[in-house]
Amino acid sequence: MRVVRLASEIDFDGWRVAARDLRTEGIPPETIVWTVERDLFSPPPCGEGAGGGGASAEMAGSEPSPPPQPLPVRGRGFTVPPAFVELARSVVLHRSGERFALLYRLLWRLEREPRLIDNPADPDVAKARDMEKAVSRAIHKMHAFVRFRLIETEPEAYAAWFEPAHRVTEAAAPFFARRFTTMTWTILTPDACVAWDGQTLKVSDGADPADAPAEDAQEELWRTYYASIFNPARLNEKMMRQEMPKRYWRNLPEARLIPQLIETAQERAAAMVAATPSPAPDRVLKAALRQARDGSYNGDVPTSLEAVAAGVQLCRRCDLWRDATQGVSGQGAAHARLMFVGEQPGDQEDLAGRPFVGPAGQVFDEALAQAGVPRDRTYVTNAVKHFKHEPRGKRRIHKTPDRGEVQACRWWLDAERRLVRPRVIVALGATAAHAVMGKATPIGANRGKALQLPDQTRAVLTYHPSFLLRLPDAAARERARAEFVEDLRLAGELAGLLD
Amino acid sequence: MAVLDIRRKLSILADAAKYDASCASSGGEKRDSVGGKGVGSTEGMGICHAYAPDGRCISLLKILLTNFCIYDCAYCINRVSSNTPRARFSVQEVVDLTLNFYKRNYIEGLFLSSGVIRNGDYTMEEMVRIAKALRLDHDFRGYIHLKLIPEASPELAAEAGLYADRVSINIELPQDESLKSLAPEKDVGDIKRAMGRMRLAIDERAEPARTAPRKTFARSQSTQLIVGADQASDGDILARSASLYGAYRLSRVYYSAFSPIPDSSHRLPSSRPPLLREHRLYQADWLMRFYGFEQPEIIGAGEDLDLSVDPKTGWALRHREKFPVDVNLADRETLLRVPGLGAKAVERILLARRQARLTIDDLKRVGAVVKRAKAFVVAEGWTPGMATDGEHLKARLVEPAQLSLF
Repeated sequence: MRVVRLASEIDFDGWRVAARDLRTEGIPPETIVWTVERDLFSPPPCGEGAGGGGASAEMAGSEPSPPPQPLPVRGRGFTVPPAFVELARSVVLHRSGERFALLYRLLWRLEREPRLIDNPADPDVAKARDMEKAVSRAIHKMHAFVRFRLIETEPEAYAAWFEPAHRVTEAAAPFFARRFTTMTWTILTPDACVAWDGQTLKVSDGADPADAPAEDAQEELWRTYYASIFNPARLNEKMMRQEMPKRYWRNLPEARLIPQLIETAQERAAAMVAATPSPAPDRVLKAALRQARDGSYNGDVPTSLEAVAAGVQLCRRCDLWRDATQGVSGQGAAHARLMFVGEQPGDQEDLAGRPFVGPAGQVFDEALAQAGVPRDRTYVTNAVKHFKHEPRGKRRIHKTPDRGEVQACRWWLDAERRLVRPRVIVALGATAAHAVMGKATPIGANRGKALQLPDQTRAVLTYHPSFLLRLPDAAARERARAEFVEDLRLAGELAGLLD
Repeated sequence: MAVLDIRRKLSILADAAKYDASCASSGGEKRDSVGGKGVGSTEGMGICHAYAPDGRCISLLKILLTNFCIYDCAYCINRVSSNTPRARFSVQEVVDLTLNFYKRNYIEGLFLSSGVIRNGDYTMEEMVRIAKALRLDHDFRGYIHLKLIPEASPELAAEAGLYADRVSINIELPQDESLKSLAPEKDVGDIKRAMGRMRLAIDERAEPARTAPRKTFARSQSTQLIVGADQASDGDILARSASLYGAYRLSRVYYSAFSPIPDSSHRLPSSRPPLLREHRLYQADWLMRFYGFEQPEIIGAGEDLDLSVDPKTGWALRHREKFPVDVNLADRETLLRVPGLGAKAVERILLARRQARLTIDDLKRVGAVVKRAKAFVVAEGWTPGMATDGEHLKARLVEPAQLSLF
């Protein structure tokens, strides 16, 4: 039987050196006893005065703990996966008496099973992972449940007494240094004390509950907040205990309210349910009527582009408004000679409330510039004013509007045509062609020429810019793009917009 | 008006804020107070500093600037027609409270909302002043979440984004029609447009800086839907969520079981909050966000979720032809659809099975809920036999109610 004495409960480096030598020597796990040295002349704890007295060591301030190093090779040395070193560093902080033995057993097995650490289903690995999880939870709970108390005012100094579930005081301390860098504070625990003076973290031996700082005046306000934010109608004691285990309660100033809050919850909730509701004021009913009247989008024919823009927002002629952010009406010169009609707003247009600002809009702008047509002298709108789409995870997938929706929305397109009175209308894509021509009109057979509309307006049919974006073949895309620019130039010429 | 002391104000204005379910302090930019003049840090993961007896996390100082309000939303305790006691904080009071609580490690930061006083712009301006004072005068680097007032000007909303880590606007009711009748002064168009602008602003600032170093800006937005105040079905609610996630890249949609409030309006149900229903909606929401389910697969419009089993088990029971799944062969997407296998367990299964064929006991060790999973999987030394198609399977999977439903 071999007995190994480590310098402290969390002596990872000591364990590492001993374990390396033992495995190199070929000493099997079942023949080793791991113990921790009890120092008879242990220095006094840091309890007396914040951070005072006792043997203390400096920690690397607010720096995060150093990245795990592979074990150095010595003699016929060996290496282990970095994941194991990281795991061991954390498991050592667990209060379990068998942590050193378990870690050595894993190290021993790693010789024959080099990928052991990657097998979460192995019983030893699973146990070590559980301990690692418990340690990490203890660190997290320490970050959450430490309660500082003001102990000096000029300059401000704070102290806290805390009892962590595992030996995590040193591991949890850098977080407080990063968060409260400009404060002076001390955290006392039974295992160790850490003190921060604004520059360095000093660690010393554990303290006694009697060293806990006196109550802070803010705690009364904090309790007021705790009691007020609780909703008695949602009492769920089990969930609270799971997340805030009772072992922490004695150091939480708010916890003393818990029994009373629970006791009175049922009664308070029942009183709210039973209370007779007060009658709704007339004002509310009148407002509801007013809102209902505002839905009269079927009313008068709009007489200005502003009326179109406002009307589109209230439009319920089809169901597309429901999932859209807003209606997007046309924009541009009020009496433009050239009007462009697209299909419908896309994702970006729906958010911004303006037509052709997304990726297709960019293609459109570039082609317009190439054709020499100034966009600010044209009017740009869509056949359908709301974005039709289907949510797919975090994105919205465009859906082509159906015939009914195009038909319903012609009310607005016709109003825009009447108000702008363009000489030439360019329909971009099949949906727009349908809306402008009043019947399905294929683009391929009709593009590149000036068509006559019944009201003496001329129409040009061409591709929708997003069609160009979707073409997978580069050569085909270039060809279509050239045709698109050609069509825009033709329209610009017909409208007399080219220099 | 009587002058209230700070404690009385805090009790009124925290009480008024508690119906908002959001408490997250995660997703902020990583920063600390090293080299600064004040205190504060955010390290990605939020911290719950306490739990109230309702089991809810207390992470932020969640208060209203004031609960005076010119609106009359039926579901809200602060509506103008309610007889609740009223109070209003000064800017300085909120700043002091936040810093005092923060320095004692009670909170991660501030979550500030408000009733609307005078008008949207005036209210929003006051809220922005608080955030600005914390950031600029006190170099506060903790978390700030600001509720946006939808009808406030876009410039003020953008300014809020400069100082906040997260902004949110509560859409509250899953159907626009009910918003109209229960919150007559609120304009759903205003809400959607404000969310749309905010997403564009967040997206734009998230792009890597090209020339000048970019100013920090809110990283995310969220919203809340009240469950059980109107007639909307679970299918309607989830369809609304799917639409909101897609449109505005929300980091969260919170579901809040409609809770009876003191002095409630006669137009709303006066009953216990439907907590189990809220829980099932969260589960369904997770299926959409992390498990590759689309909303129509989980539930159709107009339908309600089965409260007796979780929605994934519900889906599996309706699609028994897809089971059993072999845990030693199936791909990630298929494993994620097995009841009892969480996202973490699935990752561990994929790792572990590279080394050995997995048994039912192995599944337990990687964190699967074997009781629920075993009728749906094949493992080394285990087949469910006829169990997958058994007519009593559902009865065996119904869990005893875990939430205190009274």
